[in-house]
Amino acid sequence: MTQMSMVEAIRDALDVMMTRDKRVIVYGEDVGYFGGVFRCTQGLQQKHGRERCFDAPISESGIVGTAIGMAAYGLRPCVEIQFADYMYPAYDQITQEAARIRYRSGGDFTCPLVIRMPTGGGIFGGETHSQSPEALFTHVSGLKTVLPSNPYDVKGLLIAAIEDPDPVIFMEPKRLYHGPFDGHHEREVVSWKDHPLAEVPEGHYTIPLGKAAIRREGSDLTVLCYGTMVHVALAAAREQGIDAEIIDLRSLLPLDLETIEASVQKTGRCVIAHEATLTSGFGAELAARVQEACFFHLEAPVRRVAGWDVPYPHAQEWFYFPGPERVGRAFLETMEV
Amino acid sequence: MQDERKTRITIPEPEVRPGDEPDFSDVNIPEAGAVSLPPLDVEPRLLRNHAFSIIRILRRDGEAVGPWAKMLSDEELLFGLKHMMTLRLLDARMVAAQRQGKTSFYVPQLGEEAVTIAFQRALRDGDMNFPTYRNAGLLIAQDYPLETMMNQIFSNEKDPLGGRQMPVLYSAKDHGFFTVSGNLGTQFVQSVGWAMAAAIDGSDKIAAGWIGDGSTAEGDFHSAMVFASTYKPPVVLNIVNNQWAISTFQGIAKGESGTFAARALGFGMAALRVDGNDFLAVHAVARWAVERARKGLGPTVIEHVTYRVGGHSTSDNPEAYRPKAESDAWPLGDPIERLKLHLIGRNLWSEERHAQAHAEIRDTVVAAQKAAEKNGTLHSGPSPRRRSIFDGLYEETPIHLERQRQAAEKWL
Repeated sequence: MTQMSMVEAIRDALDVMMTRDKRVIVYGEDVGYFGGVFRCTQGLQQKHGRERCFDAPISESGIVGTAIGMAAYGLRPCVEIQFADYMYPAYDQITQEAARIRYRSGGDFTCPLVIRMPTGGGIFGGETHSQSPEALFTHVSGLKTVLPSNPYDVKGLLIAAIEDPDPVIFMEPKRLYHGPFDGHHEREVVSWKDHPLAEVPEGHYTIPLGKAAIRREGSDLTVLCYGTMVHVALAAAREQGIDAEIIDLRSLLPLDLETIEASVQKTGRCVIAHEATLTSGFGAELAARVQEACFFHLEAPVRRVAGWDVPYPHAQEWFYFPGPERVGRAFLETMEV
Repeated sequence: MQDERKTRITIPEPEVRPGDEPDFSDVNIPEAGAVSLPPLDVEPRLLRNHAFSIIRILRRDGEAVGPWAKMLSDEELLFGLKHMMTLRLLDARMVAAQRQGKTSFYVPQLGEEAVTIAFQRALRDGDMNFPTYRNAGLLIAQDYPLETMMNQIFSNEKDPLGGRQMPVLYSAKDHGFFTVSGNLGTQFVQSVGWAMAAAIDGSDKIAAGWIGDGSTAEGDFHSAMVFASTYKPPVVLNIVNNQWAISTFQGIAKGESGTFAARALGFGMAALRVDGNDFLAVHAVARWAVERARKGLGPTVIEHVTYRVGGHSTSDNPEAYRPKAESDAWPLGDPIERLKLHLIGRNLWSEERHAQAHAEIRDTVVAAQKAAEKNGTLHSGPSPRRRSIFDGLYEETPIHLERQRQAAEKWL
C-alpha cells in the first residue's frame, strides 16, 4: 500500500495499464511532454515513449474521433479532455459514434475507449472550467459513466474502465485531485495524507463498474451522491447529527439499483445531492428510480440538493456550490416530515 | 443609401437552375495525360498543379495516354467494367424496390461507380475504409454478396445489422468496410485514428477515409486534416466531389474559388485531383497514394471530380433545383461508357459482349434479390425479432436495461 492523491492514483492506474497492455495509448491536450495541466500523465511519455503518450491538437472532436478509429483497430485508447467543459466539440463523436458503434454494426465493430475529464467546480474556474455534465452522458444509450470520489476507487475504476469492452466516460472531480474536500472552503485545505481511502495498493486491481459503496451506514435517511458531494454529505451528516446512510454511487451507468433500493427501503427517506444543475440533472433520474421501487417505504418526499439552474458563476462560486449547510438543511427537512 | 453600401456577403449560386440550359463552361478540363506523375516521396508543396488541375488518362476517343497510364492489367480493366455494371444494376433494382415499398430508402451511386471500384482495387486485405453512404462500390469491388447487401437494405430476418440501421449503412469488417454512420463527416477523422493505430501497432495496413464535397464543411473534416498533417499516419483521404450536396451545389461548401484538393496544401499534405469518371485515372491515383502511405511517406488527399447523376437519395427530386438534362452535359462523361470505349478500342470488348454481360449481371442481381426477398422485406415476410433491440448495446447488458427488456415482454 502507498499513500496517494487522486492525481497520483490516476497516473499509477495509467502506468500499470500501459505497462501491462501495449494496446493502451494515452493522449490529449498538454498530456505528453508536460504531463497534463493537472499532472495526471506526468512521466508517462518518458517511461512509455512518445508513440504511447503524446500531445494532441486543441481539437476535442479530433481527439475522440481518432480514438474511436484506434479502438476500432483494436487498441485501447485512454484520452484526456482537459476540462469536462471542453467536451462539447466532441459530443457528436461521443454520443452518435462511440456509443453506438457496437449496436449499429451488430457487433461487427466495438469501441473500447476511455475518455477522462476533470469535472465539477471549487477552483474558481467560472462557467467553462466548473461544469458537471454527467447527465449529458447518462442520457445516452451505449455509454458508461463513472465518477469516483477517492484515490483507492479512482485507480481501481480507471483500470476497470480501460479493460471494459465498451466506451467509458471517466469523470474526475478536480476539487478532489489533491484532497478530500468537504465543501468547507473557508477552512484550511486538507490533503489526502492519512485518509484511509488514500491507501492505494500497488499494481493491478479493479473495482467493477456498477457497484456503489456505502461510505457510512445509517438508519435515518439514505443519501445518494457521487464525487465531491460524498465528502460534503459526510460532513453534513456529522455536523447535523443525522444517522445518514451515505451511498457513493461511483458509477452512474451502470447504476447499482439494488444497493440504492435496499437502502431506501431500509431508511424510508432519501436525499440526493449533486453539484450539477438541478433541472434534468442525474438526481431527477435517481428520484424517479427511488419512487418507482420504494414508494411504499417512503416516509418523506425525496429531496434534491444541487447546483442552482444558472451557469457556474466565478465570484459567487461558494453561493452556487451545494455545500454542507445546504445539504445538512435538506437532511433536517427530510427528517421533519 | 443602398448605393453607398460597401460590404455585403456573397451567396454563391450555381450557373444554372431548372429551365436553364446546362452549362459547365466554368469547369476547366485539361487534356488527358497532361498532368505529371510525381515520385512517391515528392514534397507536398510541389503538388500545387496536381491539386488544381485534373489527372486524366482516357481521351475522348477512349485511348489511354500519359504518365499515369498502364497500371492495370487487361483482366483488372474487365473486372472493373463488370463491377461498375453490377453496381449500376444493383442501384436500379434497389431504387425500384424502394418505389415498390420493399424498403424505406436507398442511396444510388449512379455516375460515380468508377470512384469506389477503381479505388478499392488498389487496397489490400486488412486495410480499412471509413465510407460514406454512397460508397457501396467498395463492397461490390470485393464481390461482397449482393444478397447480404439486400438483406440489409430490406431490413429482413437475415440483415446482418438486425434491422437497426437505415438501408445502405452497411458494416463489413472482414471486407475492410467500417460501419457507415448516418451523420456526416464523423468517419473522416476516425479513419485518421485507425491509421495512427495501425502505425503504432507496427503493421503495414492503411486506412482510407471518405467524405463528400458538402461534408468537407463539417468541423470533423478540419479535425481529420489537422491530425493527419500532424501525425502523418498511413491514410488516404478521399473527397468525392459529385457537385451536389442534396440540393446545395459544391460552391456553398467551398466558396467560389479554389478546389477541395487544394485544401490539403495548406496542411502541407500531398494533394491530387482526379477525373472521377475515368476508371484508369482513379485507380492510378489510388495506387500512388496507397503505396505512398504504406511506405510511410505520409497521407494523401484525393479529390475525385465526378457528378451525382441520380438524386441524393430516393427521397430527393433533383429536377427541383438543377436542369433536368444537366447530367448529359457533364463534361467528364459516364464512367462505364468511357471504360467500355477504351476496352473496345483495344479489342478486349465488344458491343455484343457488353450486351451479354449486361444480361448476365442483371440475372445475377435479380437472382440475389429473389433470394433476399425470401428472407423478407421491410413491411412483409420475416423480419428481425423485435426483442432483439435490447441486445448488444453493451457486451454485458446493465441492470436497468435488463429490467426494461423484461417490462417490454408484455408488448411483444
